[in-house]
Amino acid sequence: MEALLASLIGLLTACGVYLALRGRTFPVVLGLTLLSYAVNLFLFAMGRLTIGRPPVIGAGLGGGYADPVPQALVLTAIVIGFAMTAFVIMLALKARAEMGNDHVDGEYE
Amino acid sequence: MTHLTIAPLLLPLFAGIVLLLTRHLLGIGFRRAFSIAAVLGQIGLATMLLQAVDGGDILTYALGNWPAPYGIVLVADRLAAWMLLITALLALFPLLHACRGEDVGGRHFHVLFQLQLFGLNGAFLTGDLFNLFVFFEVLLLASYGLILHGGGRARTKAGLHYVALNLAGSSLFLIAVGTLYGLFGTLNMADLAVKMAAVPAENLGPARAAGLLLFAVFALKAALLPLYLWLPAAYAHTSAPVAALFAIMTKVGAYAILRVTTLIFGAQAGSMSGLIEPWLLPLALATLIVGLLGALAARALREQAAYLVVASVGSLLTAFALGSAGGIAAGLYYLPHSTFAAAALFLLAERITQARGVIGDRFEPAPAMVGAPLLGGLFFVTAILLAGLPPLSGFIGKFLLLRAALTHPAGPWVMSLVLLGGLLGLIALARAGSLLFFRTLPEAPGTATPTVTAPLAPALGLLLLTLALTVAAGPLHVIAGATAEQLLQPYHYIHAVLGGRP
Repeated sequence: MEALLASLIGLLTACGVYLALRGRTFPVVLGLTLLSYAVNLFLFAMGRLTIGRPPVIGAGLGGGYADPVPQALVLTAIVIGFAMTAFVIMLALKARAEMGNDHVDGEYE
Repeated sequence: MTHLTIAPLLLPLFAGIVLLLTRHLLGIGFRRAFSIAAVLGQIGLATMLLQAVDGGDILTYALGNWPAPYGIVLVADRLAAWMLLITALLALFPLLHACRGEDVGGRHFHVLFQLQLFGLNGAFLTGDLFNLFVFFEVLLLASYGLILHGGGRARTKAGLHYVALNLAGSSLFLIAVGTLYGLFGTLNMADLAVKMAAVPAENLGPARAAGLLLFAVFALKAALLPLYLWLPAAYAHTSAPVAALFAIMTKVGAYAILRVTTLIFGAQAGSMSGLIEPWLLPLALATLIVGLLGALAARALREQAAYLVVASVGSLLTAFALGSAGGIAAGLYYLPHSTFAAAALFLLAERITQARGVIGDRFEPAPAMVGAPLLGGLFFVTAILLAGLPPLSGFIGKFLLLRAALTHPAGPWVMSLVLLGGLLGLIALARAGSLLFFRTLPEAPGTATPTVTAPLAPALGLLLLTLALTVAAGPLHVIAGATAEQLLQPYHYIHAVLGGRP
């Protein structure tokens, strides 16, 4: 499972970086979104991958628990990432309206 | 546990919320007065906090009374209080400048301004890396709104680049934070400092990678050499009060670098100590020179001011990179000086831009300005400050930096490059001054006199602050020296946060 998750994070990051380096605003926004997905998965995995264990300590749970801190961190990061994505989409639309095209530099060569 | 520690966070937060909710209820006059009162209150709180930590105490505030390292802590030491006071003092003048009419050029100026201060104060006070990320996001989100304030094509384009770059930076920050949590199981900075000292050999590689990634993120915020390219366009195209307030934004990155290098990767960190210093000094010196070359090549005054901000970050981080108490103290004295002087230049630049009519702030001949002697005199004083000439605070800061460099192994490099930088800055500013004020065209008949609405008093106020820095250089240097000593003994910080467990 570790190898699968690691490859997935790597693939998301690679796609995100590629798209973020494109010249038009829509792929850039998509790229930044993919990057933030990759980061969220990475943060989540930093609590180690566990299955079937609740994030609480208590008797009768058969020992072992999932680390709750990365879950809280990733929740915060998702909320912030969501707000940032919404903002950057609005900004891209504003730039499209003001500059007449969707190139990140406002003009094509 | 005193509640004074959290007050600099609550005041701008609630002021921002009240300003947001009363947008349709209260007139602009009342909202301006409320915003100014909130900033004055923050100056008062920061002064009280600075007095409270003056004896060398480190105040901690555990939110919800959950003890560190499990709960979130705010930590007010000398450095945090110093930064809070500089931020609050700086913020007053751009706000006064904006209250002359620019604040109604777009919506929510005062709300965003207060939330920006909330983010800045939080970044200085937090004792937890993830909270540092959250406060960075708060101040960035407010800054996205402020940088676009007033609108316009160039502003939108520069804003888009700024936002995209900072979103990528935030992703890197989270990766660094995640790696550190995965390795050490904590994000409390004091706890990290303890655990960093005992890092097992097999985790050394990932820990170094995370530390350097953290440095890269802070370098992006501080506009260090390869990562400064976003700054000139963003600062040159935004409105004057916002650019003046943003003079402190790069210093947040410098603050974070200083905090992390002294606390987490300090002398006690064993195999992880001195992780960042080998990178910091060459990059800081290169930033200084590149920033001044940019200032030399600038074609307009605001662009030049933005490059001077880059150069000031170079000087500041050079001082921090020396690592000695003298170097850090020189940097801490230089920090308010460079912040106030750069902000004054941005505010003056707007007045000059308006007085030159259609030519704006471009370095091209234009008819002589209205009120040129006064404007020229103020520009001259600002230029002396920024170039670091005697007798003003820029010279004192540079002198302290050079004196601290005497005992450093790379001292000759630091001295020669800082002095070369001084010469470059002098040439750049002399060129700007002579092009703006001396090479004038005869006024073409029939052209209307440009209307000047920008006030002079806020810029004058900032210059008076730097004068105060010059006059009170002795006592302030004592405070800066005590701050540097406290930073170089992270044991006190760790002990204050973690209590009995050193």
